[in-house]
Amino acid sequence: MAVEATHVAAAAVEVVDLATTPLRELNQRLHDLAGAAPEPRYWRVVNPSGAHAVACGLDAEIEIEIDGHVGYYCAGMNKLATLRVRGNAGTGLAENMMSGTVVVEGSASQSAGATGRGGLLVVHGDASARCGISMKGVDIVVRGSVGHMSAFMAQTGRLVVCGDAGDALGDSIYEARVYVRGVVAGLGADCIEKELRDEHVAELRHLLERAGIEDVDPSEFRRYGSARRLYNFKIDNVSAY
Amino acid sequence: MCGIVGLFSKSPGLEERLGEYLAAMLTQMSDRGPDSAGVAVYCNPAPLGSSKLTLFSADPNQHWGGLCDELGEEFGGSPEPRVRASHAVVVVDTDAEAAEAWVRRNHPELRVMSAGTVIEIFKETGRPERFVEQFGLTDIQGTHALGHTRMATESRVTTEGSHPFSTGLDLCLVHNGSLSNHNRLRQRLRREGIEFQTENDTEVAAGYLAWRLREGASLEEALEGCLDDLDGFYTFAVGTAEGFAVLRDPIACKPAVLAETDDWVAMASEYRAISVLPGAAEARMWEPEPAVVYVWEKAVV
Repeated sequence: MAVEATHVAAAAVEVVDLATTPLRELNQRLHDLAGAAPEPRYWRVVNPSGAHAVACGLDAEIEIEIDGHVGYYCAGMNKLATLRVRGNAGTGLAENMMSGTVVVEGSASQSAGATGRGGLLVVHGDASARCGISMKGVDIVVRGSVGHMSAFMAQTGRLVVCGDAGDALGDSIYEARVYVRGVVAGLGADCIEKELRDEHVAELRHLLERAGIEDVDPSEFRRYGSARRLYNFKIDNVSAY
Repeated sequence: MCGIVGLFSKSPGLEERLGEYLAAMLTQMSDRGPDSAGVAVYCNPAPLGSSKLTLFSADPNQHWGGLCDELGEEFGGSPEPRVRASHAVVVVDTDAEAAEAWVRRNHPELRVMSAGTVIEIFKETGRPERFVEQFGLTDIQGTHALGHTRMATESRVTTEGSHPFSTGLDLCLVHNGSLSNHNRLRQRLRREGIEFQTENDTEVAAGYLAWRLREGASLEEALEGCLDDLDGFYTFAVGTAEGFAVLRDPIACKPAVLAETDDWVAMASEYRAISVLPGAAEARMWEPEPAVVYVWEKAVV
């Protein structure tokens, strides 16, 4: 299933203007939707002006479009909800997201998807340093490039980078899978290149499809992962990842 | 924490409203640095052969007129102080080194915040919103400016410990971060004849740049030297007579975002500060790479 731009023409859309509405009021209204059959289901936030913690801590099957650039920790801890940011995002985008989908049409600053446990994070521009740091199950697809120390101590989940990766990629990585199509400036401790087998191409094709990226050939990527010399890897535990 | 803002005008319309935009940017960074605030503004060039000092007095009853009379007697002309809160800008009929040396010798109770021909530095403790009001920033016109909001971690909250720090004639430095080798480096720089007024880490970085520039390094070379000689975290913005430069430490610990339109180039710790500028939503925007020196300068005509 591809992540489409939210089609909201038919349904009622709740519009919140952050130039006139306090951020806490917006977030409280969104938090109050937790539970079954949230209403309104479609939201549009305008004039975010780089505010921090926009639409943080959601726990409802709703769809939100944010028109403009957001500050730190947008969509943090996201559960179930689908968010689309029509702009750039600051530090800590979708930090510790649990499920749902977060799409940023612009670029994201440091630590995008940090510690994420599930769901899908898509960045159509570049992500900065430490993208996917300590990720624990989230899938991250970056259309552009990622900065240094990305996937540092990444435990599980997939990081897909269609552009280049900065220095020390996958330092001290556990069992997360990293795919990079462009140039890797350098690999971190215990991170090595691994063979890209058919199953991985299929996995990439599926992830790119879900991210709505159609013009990138999944066979052009290289795969990186743990050499398993740094941490105490036991084959008996492989199912935990 | 700390917040940094920088604004470089590419159009006359923006120059006229530089102070207004600078004030708005600074206020946006208030919660990153509620202890103190400061700005360096590049404006009103002193006439050829003269120079400009910004002076700070801790005495609320400071008689700036008397000081100007003394400067007039010493160097000629009839300087008039332009007073902004605890600071005054004075244009003196001599070069900046001579004017600064005279003030230091004859009025040790005053602090020379900046010296040069175009720079003016104002800084004070207290919340940035209050600073903007006290110093009447909104009426300032100029070509470019840097600003800083401080959350002190390394040293005391004082006017002298606020940013920007002067690093030489028409030069200044603002800093977000903390340096860990500043005590050793301060000793080394003192032996080279660089003077320090505080125990502040950023003042050491400013002194380091002043020393490198004095020894003949270009601004780019001096900034690149920081990568080898400074230990710690930093996003630096350096103001020059023609523009400004930006450098982040090699692991980019502290935030920075740059944005550019046909009318301006802006730099800030966060986009929030840039969002107040006209056309910000459509600006080209990017994060400066770690350990790369970025420079904007007006074409010298």
